[in-house]
Amino acid sequence: MTSSLRLRAGLVSIVLLAGFLGIWHLATRSTGTVATMSPEYAKLMGLTATQGKSAMPGPLDVGAKLWEHLRRPFYDNGANDKGLGIQLGYSIARVGTGYLLAVLVAIPLGFLIGMSPLLSKALDPFIQVLKPISPLAWMPLALYTIKDSSISAIFVIFICSIWPMLLNTVFGVASVRKEWINVARTLEVGTLRRAFTVILPAAAPTILTGMRISIGIAWLVIVAAEMLVGGTGIGYFVWNEWNNLSITNVIIAILLIGIVGMLLDQILARFTRMVTFPE
Amino acid sequence: MTEKFISIEGIAKRYPGAGGGTTAVFENLWLSMPRGEFCCVIGHSGCGKTTVLNILAGLDAPSEGAVIVDGQAISGTSLDRAVIFQSHALLPWRTVLGNVAYAVTSKWRSWDRAKVKAHAQTFIDLVGLTGSEHKRPSELSGGMKQRVGIARALSITPKIMLMDEPFSALDALTRGTLQDEVRRICLETGQTAFMITHDVDEAIYLADKIFLMTNGPGAVLAEVVENPLPKDRGRTDLHRHPLYYALRNHIVDFLVSRSKNFAAEKPDHDPRNVPVVHIGKPGLTIAASDEERPTWTSGTSPGLTA
Repeated sequence: MTSSLRLRAGLVSIVLLAGFLGIWHLATRSTGTVATMSPEYAKLMGLTATQGKSAMPGPLDVGAKLWEHLRRPFYDNGANDKGLGIQLGYSIARVGTGYLLAVLVAIPLGFLIGMSPLLSKALDPFIQVLKPISPLAWMPLALYTIKDSSISAIFVIFICSIWPMLLNTVFGVASVRKEWINVARTLEVGTLRRAFTVILPAAAPTILTGMRISIGIAWLVIVAAEMLVGGTGIGYFVWNEWNNLSITNVIIAILLIGIVGMLLDQILARFTRMVTFPE
Repeated sequence: MTEKFISIEGIAKRYPGAGGGTTAVFENLWLSMPRGEFCCVIGHSGCGKTTVLNILAGLDAPSEGAVIVDGQAISGTSLDRAVIFQSHALLPWRTVLGNVAYAVTSKWRSWDRAKVKAHAQTFIDLVGLTGSEHKRPSELSGGMKQRVGIARALSITPKIMLMDEPFSALDALTRGTLQDEVRRICLETGQTAFMITHDVDEAIYLADKIFLMTNGPGAVLAEVVENPLPKDRGRTDLHRHPLYYALRNHIVDFLVSRSKNFAAEKPDHDPRNVPVVHIGKPGLTIAASDEERPTWTSGTSPGLTA
């Protein structure tokens, strides 16, 4: 029953994809000769003017270009001409660094805040004010103080991914069932052991959910941050290709950003499943 | 009561009430238990039964007074006092064995894995869960979960077992078998046990002494009822005992009417000397055929063949 449902859903997905690609192809294809001109001039004007082809690349153009990229993902011909693998690598490295720093800060801090009602109340106003600030708003301040665009981008990732993790850790730790805490208390389990053997496993699903939200936000923000700081990364690639008016490359970059974002989310989803316990 | 293994001495629990004052759940509560006895507390909701148990467990502190266990005033929780929670409170990310082993390693930190496992296994076997060691709590029925709770409490070989309505969430059949198990284990091991219940029959079956508490706020321990039924009573023929109905009626009467009006009825009630009621003695019983019998000796079950 479920396998047949999955099969049917897969079929529908394929039909939808084929429909989308078909419409895309029809909408952007050449419509035949629209203007007659001397061959020299026609060559200068390109297919858009002579054959009625849309300026928007069709799926076949994108596919061909994508195949070219996939065959050579790691070439490096200088500052503005690097393989997509290298660009994505830069972005993932920045996201990874900023995100891991945020994990290192948010989870211990969240534990402390969650276990202490005093800290929780005292820090609440700060968190409430800092949380809604767009991560990019920190960029000028980061550039001014850090004076390094690459580290500034990492800082922006750090600051945007810290809040969901921090808040979820606080919530997860503070809402561990009283009876589990009482079990640990009646067994005279010390604070540290209690934190690791009761509170951490009990709060882990909530913490991982926060981490999953954070990685999503971090990946959203890195594209924008790299457009600002420039130099390397998939966000810079998008902006650079826009300046080159290579819509094909922009579409490919959009597709890859989506796929990498999905993979990051799936990895965290897998971790979440590993720590989730049925009750 | 000569030996006082557990002695609750003048404890009170007050909460800040509305309008700046305080509301006392109970005041000046005295209660004592000898070693190896099974005692039940019965009273309506809100009379502070659970608070008394939590204070005994060390999970809650009294506003006044002290609790002495085995000659020492308690402060905080202790591995000497195991708690069986109403909601079983198993750690859902651990297996049955893991839950029991967690308690065992908490008590004996230096034990190696094999020793912990063997010790935990003994108690899993004792509660009849052999073969389910590697299941998680979510795979167990309510009764099996509570069995794990019992195994976990017993595994640390506590001086006293505290039970807060451990069977109230179970269906009648499961409750019956678990009562049998608890009674068997307590009789075999001579375990001292303190249990809260709403169920009069459960108290009659399990308890040596039944503490009756009046309604809160301002609850008092009204009476201590000695269970006159023989030690070797069985759950199925309990109600055939000539004193069974006298005992049951006494408790039910208390719960129905006297728990409400106790303060008005007995204005000179001394909380330090709570009357001990012996069902079956003249003047307190309605079981006519047994009026002359002064006490019951354990092992004999008079009237059961009638």
